[in-house]
Amino acid sequence: MSDVVEIRDLNITFRTDAAEIPAVRGVDLALRDREILAIVGESGSGKTVTAKSILRLLPDTADTAGAVVLRGQDVLTLSRPKLRAARGSDAAMVFQEPSTALNPVFPVGWQIAEGLRAHGRISRRAARERAVEILRTVGIPDPETRVKHYPHQFSGGQKQRIVIAMALVLGPSVILADEPTTALDVTVQAEILDLLRRVRDDFGTAIVLITHNMGVVADLADRVAVMYKGEIVEEAPVAELFAAPRHDYTKKLLAAVPRMGAHLAARREPAASAAPAVQARGLVVQYPGRFGRPGFTAVDGVDFEIAPGEVLGLVGESGSGKTTIGRAIAGLTRVTGGSLAVLGTEMNGVVEKRFTPLRKDIGFVFQDPATSFNPLLTITDAIAEPMVVHGVVDRPDRARSHVEELLAAVQLPAEYADRFPHELSGGQRQRASLARALALEPTLVIADEPTSALDVSVQARVLELFAELQQRFGFAALFVSHDLAVIDEVSDRIAVMHRGRIVEQGTGDRVLRDPQHPYTRQLLASLPVPDPAEQAERRERLRAESAR
Amino acid sequence: MTATTVPATTRTERRWHRLPVIRQLRLSAGLQRVMLVIGLVLVGVFVLAAVLAPLVAPYGFNQLRDDAGGFPRQAPPSAEHVWGTTVGGYDVLSRVIWGSQTALSVVVLSIVLSMFLGVLLGLVSGYLGGWLDRVLVVIADAVYAFPTLLLAIVVAIVVSGGQSNYWGGILAGSVAITVVFVPQYFRVIRAETVRLKAEAFVESARVIGASTWRIMLRHVLRNATRTLPLILTLNASEAILTLAGLGFLGFGIGPTVGSEWGYDLNRALADTASGIWWTGVFPGAAIVLLVLGVTLVGESLNDLSDPRLRLRKRTRRPRSTEKAGA
Repeated sequence: MSDVVEIRDLNITFRTDAAEIPAVRGVDLALRDREILAIVGESGSGKTVTAKSILRLLPDTADTAGAVVLRGQDVLTLSRPKLRAARGSDAAMVFQEPSTALNPVFPVGWQIAEGLRAHGRISRRAARERAVEILRTVGIPDPETRVKHYPHQFSGGQKQRIVIAMALVLGPSVILADEPTTALDVTVQAEILDLLRRVRDDFGTAIVLITHNMGVVADLADRVAVMYKGEIVEEAPVAELFAAPRHDYTKKLLAAVPRMGAHLAARREPAASAAPAVQARGLVVQYPGRFGRPGFTAVDGVDFEIAPGEVLGLVGESGSGKTTIGRAIAGLTRVTGGSLAVLGTEMNGVVEKRFTPLRKDIGFVFQDPATSFNPLLTITDAIAEPMVVHGVVDRPDRARSHVEELLAAVQLPAEYADRFPHELSGGQRQRASLARALALEPTLVIADEPTSALDVSVQARVLELFAELQQRFGFAALFVSHDLAVIDEVSDRIAVMHRGRIVEQGTGDRVLRDPQHPYTRQLLASLPVPDPAEQAERRERLRAESAR
Repeated sequence: MTATTVPATTRTERRWHRLPVIRQLRLSAGLQRVMLVIGLVLVGVFVLAAVLAPLVAPYGFNQLRDDAGGFPRQAPPSAEHVWGTTVGGYDVLSRVIWGSQTALSVVVLSIVLSMFLGVLLGLVSGYLGGWLDRVLVVIADAVYAFPTLLLAIVVAIVVSGGQSNYWGGILAGSVAITVVFVPQYFRVIRAETVRLKAEAFVESARVIGASTWRIMLRHVLRNATRTLPLILTLNASEAILTLAGLGFLGFGIGPTVGSEWGYDLNRALADTASGIWWTGVFPGAAIVLLVLGVTLVGESLNDLSDPRLRLRKRTRRPRSTEKAGA
């Protein structure tokens, strides 16, 4: 078995304003023929930079040393014409976000043919035929007509199939897939992973899979390289890595992966007598349409309740309306129909003036901690802001001791109080965001995908913290996430959303162990399990079920 | 105690590094640094000339005679009049030096006026939206549609009322330029505000229950004004040109109340045919150099503020030693 790619002592440094930052340090890696190698690691561990060096796709500020041998030639020293010849035909790339990887102003057939034309003379007709053929291979229905369509006429999963088709059409020996499923919903992810496996089996293409999702690794990879701070700390066949991780970092990484059935706190039965914190009856939220067009109904007649002190997990795919519900409860989005009572106030037709005093009882944790803090305010200013606004204190520095208490509660050292948001890491910022949400001891907290922008190990700590704070302060919470395993860890009850409706809700154990609705079942089946053996079994079962 | 004093000293030591232009100068490298330094030197020379005009200029801007008698007219450069004299008998060197004072005061005044007005309107219009926003945008577009110089002439006449004194002329020039520039600031700030309005941190302030004014002033304003210094420097060069254009057309400051390069250029127009070069070249060069200096500073600040355009110092290690070591 020969090596398609061999990386020897690769060092990559980035020149920045402050100093030179080593991104990759002394990496040795080999990719064998017909092999799927997964490179896993946290953001900033150098996994993407390593993979991109195979195509020499690095910015000008990067200095490289070492050797990257792709099919017998060192990519780092190749002349530009030779490099251009190698790109696409020897190694091709599949990007993370399919909607940005495709040019919106050209039909997809043209974009596939562009690669063909760049590597040799081919007639327009032949190129069209090859494009149709490859689209059929990646599973686009009716390729003869679809080949003329533009990217926006395809769904996200189909777009990723087209990007894979573009990579495949030149018959490369290696495909670099940089987080190919991260931007996709879990049911679509399962299909794309299936396609990548078929690409390897049918075309004999080796695949470098960059991902942070251990479930994806378990599902697809043959061999795994774990990167940490620019170095490869462990390299092993996939079964061996999951069964017996050797390096401490790998052990930590695997332990942090959220698993189904690992609930962080005992689920509580809601007290039936108390008045619910949130009660929705036939809730409808409609976004206004463009001129002369009907609006878009994001939430379509939804009923649910959140009892005091209870955590309701709201799970669904992107566009299912789960975030809209959170925003409607916080008064950020107008309720257009039905009834939504928040802490006893009807939100349908509420005026901001009447709702403002209630806001101190509601905390909100945003998805992306990088944007939810004003970059020009210190952490103290930001956390004290709710207190200043509601007249508890008149200046942020008067709230200093309370801010430090809150920081202690979210396990941040007190000296972080004087720092600016950009001086904190993503996980620290999200903990500060929790502190801000809890500043006025609210009775209701809305957490909108609070961990989806974080690395797995950081996510685990934030989830633990959330569960712990919830126990301590006893607030009711709406926890929105697309990840069933995350929802399972923190919620008492789970509601599954699909296309603006709640298709199923009940206690966590009931929904996850005994799903009634077909969509819930599909969602559960698509979720890759971070265990290669179990995942292979599940895959077979899913295939058998869909064949029926 | 000692632990707290040590970081305090390093912070004061670094504080002057954080001053606007000095921070960028330290960041710059290569060609961008050369551009920035040339621009800063050019602007610095004119600023010095403007501040020290009473000391540096050999004569007053409207002086026609000294103890030795009246100045000759259209005299070529000589020991008494280093850059010669104009058709009106003024000393060219003195008028160029005094002219920098006029130019810089008009630029500063017009920029301050248009910035305050433009930022306030842009913030209110962008954040509140609705009918106010629409009306303001239409007015800004209407102002845009006018030829800028024509608009400036009209405003200059209205403000000065046809009379010519120094501060009146400066104010007229500044207001005329302000009217032209307000829509630019308005649009930039409005666009930034509309973008920031959808940012999570503004929404988080809304969730907290902060009032509209508080959100606008505390959360949006300072974040929206980040690009302002760059437009400001680029607009400054346009302001100089507009002022010179006004003066050239005779709507600026008269020769007896102040010195203005555009006016001098206008008077030098007839001289060119008769081979008298010194009356036109020096004020003309002054306009070109000041505009060039300000533009260079603006352009390089613009590039430096964008991490993707910023050049970085290269400390290249030889590859061969790396390989030999491995």
